[in-house]
Amino acid sequence: MQEFEPKIVAFVCNWCTYAGADLTGTSRIKYSANVKIIRFPCTGRIDFMILMKAFENGADGIIVSGCHPNDCHYSTGNFHARRRWIVFRNLLNFAGIETDRIQFSWVSAAEGFKWADVVNNTVKKIKEFGPNESYKQIAVSTLFNEEGATHE
Amino acid sequence: MSDLIKKVTQLLSDKTIDVFIGYEKGSADRIRATFTRTPEQAGKLIFDASCTQNLAGFLLKHEVKKLGKLGILANVSALRSIMQLASEFQIKDGEVLALFPNADNSFTEFTDFHSIEAYLETTDVGIKSEEQEMITRLEAMTVLERWAFWNKEFEKCIKCYACRAACPMCYCHRCTTDVNQPQWIPVASHELGNLDYHLMRAMHLAGRCVNCGECANACPMDIPLNLLTYQLIKPIHDTFGATAGMKADAVYALSTYKPDDKENFII
Amino acid sequence: MEKELKILKYTDLPKLIERFRSQGYPVLAPIRKDKVVEIELVESLENVALDALLSTQSAKKAAFPKVEKVLDFTFGKADVKQTAVNPEECKETILFGVRPCDASGFKSLDAIFGETPKDELYLKKKEKTTIISFSCPIADEYCFCTSVGGGPGNTAGSDLQFTGISKEEILVEILTEKGAKLATMFTDLLIDAKSDIDKSKFLADVKVVFDVNSVVEKTTASFNNTALWLEQSLRCIGCGACAFVCPTCACFDFQDEQNTKKGVRLRLWDSCGFSLFTLHTSGHNPREVQSQRWRQRIMHKFAYMPEQLHVVGCEGCGRCSRACPVDMNIKEHLTEIGSQIVLIA
Repeated sequence: MQEFEPKIVAFVCNWCTYAGADLTGTSRIKYSANVKIIRFPCTGRIDFMILMKAFENGADGIIVSGCHPNDCHYSTGNFHARRRWIVFRNLLNFAGIETDRIQFSWVSAAEGFKWADVVNNTVKKIKEFGPNESYKQIAVSTLFNEEGATHE
Repeated sequence: MSDLIKKVTQLLSDKTIDVFIGYEKGSADRIRATFTRTPEQAGKLIFDASCTQNLAGFLLKHEVKKLGKLGILANVSALRSIMQLASEFQIKDGEVLALFPNADNSFTEFTDFHSIEAYLETTDVGIKSEEQEMITRLEAMTVLERWAFWNKEFEKCIKCYACRAACPMCYCHRCTTDVNQPQWIPVASHELGNLDYHLMRAMHLAGRCVNCGECANACPMDIPLNLLTYQLIKPIHDTFGATAGMKADAVYALSTYKPDDKENFII
Repeated sequence: MEKELKILKYTDLPKLIERFRSQGYPVLAPIRKDKVVEIELVESLENVALDALLSTQSAKKAAFPKVEKVLDFTFGKADVKQTAVNPEECKETILFGVRPCDASGFKSLDAIFGETPKDELYLKKKEKTTIISFSCPIADEYCFCTSVGGGPGNTAGSDLQFTGISKEEILVEILTEKGAKLATMFTDLLIDAKSDIDKSKFLADVKVVFDVNSVVEKTTASFNNTALWLEQSLRCIGCGACAFVCPTCACFDFQDEQNTKKGVRLRLWDSCGFSLFTLHTSGHNPREVQSQRWRQRIMHKFAYMPEQLHVVGCEGCGRCSRACPVDMNIKEHLTEIGSQIVLIA
């Protein structure tokens, strides 16, 4: 019986976390391969709808990571992102979506080890949670793939 | 009530306003919005305990604005809507004359933002206790129970967008739902389309919702969708110190920040 | 065919649904969901809200669902493989406990979807739907079916109509071949009715408030009466509630939903009340303001459809008015139009 390998999508900022993840690689640090990384100029650019789309398209977990506060390449992008995440987490939790499936972090360009830790810990956590069953029922790929059911 | 008619007639006659948005008797036991432009029409104006609709949604309607200088019968929700719209540069100071119904059946005239702000400082703007009860009850459920609750409610949703149309804060000419490059929100009223739409709307109203409840009142399928936006009012107040619809020069909570905003989930 | 009159006992009514279900027929009937009455699949009579005035939404979803797949597609290396949904692959379904206005509402949809090119997805579903309507013992102030050629006991569009004539008995009218075929499933529960039963004694009293022919004439002549449309629509907020609950509204939108490998094309309900309904890709919108869209709604139902499809696009059910967040009452609006002094060309 194959062990559940979660699909994790990571939305990261170009200047800090992406560079940090690069450092993880050049330092030859091994870490879980479950993560697909998507690079943004800044966490401030990450719209909450993108996170929803990740779940809808089959992600079991999400990582959102950027520069530490006061270190944003664009000065204030991560401050705006932080506010957005505080509100969005509240909403998701109230709507019945497991917010612990989304891991937020600040990982700088020098924190190669930290990135590996964030990924490994997130993968471990999501493995314990199991697949994102709630979303599987309504995910894009499963829509209308049973017998039409259109006469009601 | 006849004080209201006298007042509005006077305001129209001396051309302080060209149109007054108020309430008149509707079908069955309903109340409906009315757009009074003449003293004869003013005779239909009523005000009683059942007049609770937030009329501020009409302030930005193109064909209403074209009628001229606006007056409005504004309850607390409408006053707050005016403040919020003002803070979003949708209404200019002095552009709208608000008549506020006092408990003793008299009416206070608010002609500028400052006077509205001063009044709102003295009044309770919180959500109603029944609504708070429902929120508390939902918060006490497990995550999966809440998921089941909301999906059951959203099964009824037909994506008529009455909630969006009724909300004074939903005035975007091109709503995110209507954007198709890319299509963020599925148009269809299946589970995913409904969930996405309501979550998106709640996020776009976070920090802007004045808890008037028009969204839930408008819903033909009786979905308590106002609870989604209401629930965010407390964390936004507690964490950012911001409350929507109180000051004309307030800054939207999500377009500002404090370097030391507190959170407990970012590692 | 010649209408047949039978009597059924109320106590036998649950058996009908049991038998339909045991034969595998989906049964759609009105059920209460908190404060609304929805038409949904039922397993037994137990949950059916026969005492409700009428359902919040119409029964049109039986043949014209709010979300319907029309096409499956998969992306190949250099092409797209498409499989259209086969209109024949729909189940024989029974609509149970709907009102006369629901049943007669289908005639507008039949006319619209029956135009060339024929919409087989709708037509086949409609063909395979047998409608058992219950006549109306009560009505409210929103109902005006009698003003548009209908009525609380109108049988147009129904295959069978049931009318409660006493605490124990239901008058069953078998109206069509389809209805007769379905009735063979419960002939043992039916006895012949006396031919002198006057159904009208058991129907609600719905007063006629306007002459529909006059309203059609005057609506047709009112296109340029901008003041009329503006006054009526000032409080309209442009949502789609009226169109979606209406038994005769048929506007739809297509949306593709897909991932990188495959997708589906869906047909969805749309509303002419939405501001973007007529927006062109050029940016021009011929119905830029709500009064133009309101005019369109009324004229579509009371001018264009009568002229082109020879059917009035309204059943007088009043659902639009009950559902409307701002109390647009179509009975009032139509009465106002009908009472105008208008020069008919």
